[in-house]
Amino acid sequence: MSFLPDRALDHLRDVTEVPDFSDTRYQLEEEIGRGGMGVVYGAWDTQLERRVALKVMDAGYVINQEAKLLAQLEHPGIAPVYDAGTLPDGRVYYAMRLIQGCRLDEFLRHEPALPARLRLFEKICEAVAFAHNRGVIHCDLKPQNIMVGEFGEVFVVDWGVARAVDAAPLPTAGTPQYMAPEQSSPGRPLDARADIFALGRILRDLMTNPIPRPLAAIARKASAEDPADRFADVQQLAADVGRFLDGLAVMAYRDTVPERLARFWRQNQVLLLLLGTYLAVKLLLYFLAPALK
Amino acid sequence: MNKPVVGLIAGAVLGLIDGATAWFTPAVRSEMEGILMGSSVKGMVVGIICGLIARKVHSTAVGLAAGAAFGLLFAYLVAMMPEPDGTHYYVQIMVPGFVLGALTGFLTQRLGTAPASVRESKA
Repeated sequence: MSFLPDRALDHLRDVTEVPDFSDTRYQLEEEIGRGGMGVVYGAWDTQLERRVALKVMDAGYVINQEAKLLAQLEHPGIAPVYDAGTLPDGRVYYAMRLIQGCRLDEFLRHEPALPARLRLFEKICEAVAFAHNRGVIHCDLKPQNIMVGEFGEVFVVDWGVARAVDAAPLPTAGTPQYMAPEQSSPGRPLDARADIFALGRILRDLMTNPIPRPLAAIARKASAEDPADRFADVQQLAADVGRFLDGLAVMAYRDTVPERLARFWRQNQVLLLLLGTYLAVKLLLYFLAPALK
Repeated sequence: MNKPVVGLIAGAVLGLIDGATAWFTPAVRSEMEGILMGSSVKGMVVGIICGLIARKVHSTAVGLAAGAAFGLLFAYLVAMMPEPDGTHYYVQIMVPGFVLGALTGFLTQRLGTAPASVRESKA
């Protein structure tokens, strides 16, 4: 009895895994990435003559829950779903916008400045806040699931384990480093604060040395172990980051007196200089009065 | 509150404060009422002019420059008027007037609501 070599077995496995789109309008091009729930391919839409991304779910997914959720989330920061269907082998797939860009973790290797990173973070928060407003939590937010487009657009991708608010999490959903403690508690309903925990971890990843204390405090508050200690919603988190970018006091951090004075000086430099000049002129004229007579 | 009104109020308050500092010059203490009145009116006029400029041009630098220039001009017009003994207080009136004019110009740029058609210029 002879056995097939490993190389041949691997080749057979690859061939059988490649989805058959011959009966559809899509021409498969290349594999883009793999996740726990399926494989993403680049493809050509022969009808609309454009490139798209095709996500083919692993065998066993009967209802394309992710596609249905994404179809309800129409937001510039969430890749739109164009089409959904079932392959001859029973696997479900959906077509969505092909994002030209790179993952957030790859983008950070270019070492952008902190303000640029934080503005990206604000855009991430906008997309996530929109989803929360529609009753959907992502449950697997991490830098690898954030795409940065060629022109700085941000997309939150891979909603494969997304859940409705108050639904119990999937048993193995999420990435440990970014998973809120309540996500690993079996049967415990989740709310939007699970995503806020992950956003706090992402914010920590975005920080550059030296880490400003207000920003560290924002990240700490967002990723607090107890959901009650986190920001109540993503908008509050984004607003605090926005205040930091504007040089204002943030909710998560109580300034020391020197920090408050420094901020007051930064925000009112011209006014303080003019008042100081006026006082100096008045004092000078007072002491020089006899000489000016 | 629109910008000319901001200028009017800021100019009046700053003018009043500036006039009040004349108390530290014993020679003019007897004329405090006139000094306070004149200084406030001067401040209001400069403030209204700065406010009108701020309605048209949204620029801190322009506000500072215009306020300083008009503050200096009106301070000169006031300083031209001699005291009863013939003394002129050019330096004592014009230098603070210059600085307060700049301050008024700055405040009219920063405070108050501008009309929708404000022309933006680089500060």
